[in-house]
Amino acid sequence: MTTIPIEYYLVLSAFMFITGVIGVLIRRNAIIVFMCIELMLNSANLSLVTFSSYMGNSIGQVFVFFVMTVAAAEAAIGLAIIIALFRNKMTLNIDEVNIMKW
Amino acid sequence: MNLEIILFILFSVIAAASAVIMITRANPIISALFLVLNFACLAGLYLLLNAQFIAVTQIIVYAGAIMVLFLFVIMLLRPEHDLTLQKKSKIKFMAAAAGIFVFAQLVYIIFFFSPNASQKTSVQSSINSGTIEQIGTAIFTKYVIPFEAAGYLLLAAAIGALVLAKKKFE
Repeated sequence: MTTIPIEYYLVLSAFMFITGVIGVLIRRNAIIVFMCIELMLNSANLSLVTFSSYMGNSIGQVFVFFVMTVAAAEAAIGLAIIIALFRNKMTLNIDEVNIMKW
Repeated sequence: MNLEIILFILFSVIAAASAVIMITRANPIISALFLVLNFACLAGLYLLLNAQFIAVTQIIVYAGAIMVLFLFVIMLLRPEHDLTLQKKSKIKFMAAAAGIFVFAQLVYIIFFFSPNASQKTSVQSSINSGTIEQIGTAIFTKYVIPFEAAGYLLLAAAIGALVLAKKKFE
């Protein structure tokens, strides 16, 4: 279709996804862990849009639209949970939040 | 070297670099701002892929709404700098090693098991697939029930966020 091979977009998407995974593993601030999850969702969106564009089929972009809806709902609920957590325990460090650990 | 390749290199390098900077800064506000930069570069890449509607939605929903929500929560809670970033270098090393291993696997799969290149589509069909007309037709005819379900999901999320953030648990 275009002059750029499809593999380059997929490698960029894989790189962003792995960056998000490493961020979730090494960071302990709950808000930054949430941002890394958003980064992973965006890299999946990039893959979907790439395949959709190179196939000439708009269904992948419809799916990206629904992924964005779910990401917005997830961000609202997650940030509300973080606010409730901060009120009750006065911390954002996810290592100190082990109340459900058995 | 035409303009498309130059723009692709520019956007992809900035997106990758801002993602790496985002996970290595101790200050959450700097992380959030680099995530906004990453989202803006992704919108540029979507435009290069002829996905106009998704590019505009990316700017409005992600860089606009969701990141403003994040910055508001950071401002309200004013979290201390993440001091655990410096210590526990063993966990960092293990996480980086596992990430690089999985990334190598993904790159291997992408380059050696890619589908046959004979399935080329024309530029015109790619441009047509990204228009609002095509996407709107698909959403409001074939995918109208998932669309309604997404509406209920957003309603439930709004009510749930209000209930969760209202006051202390008993």
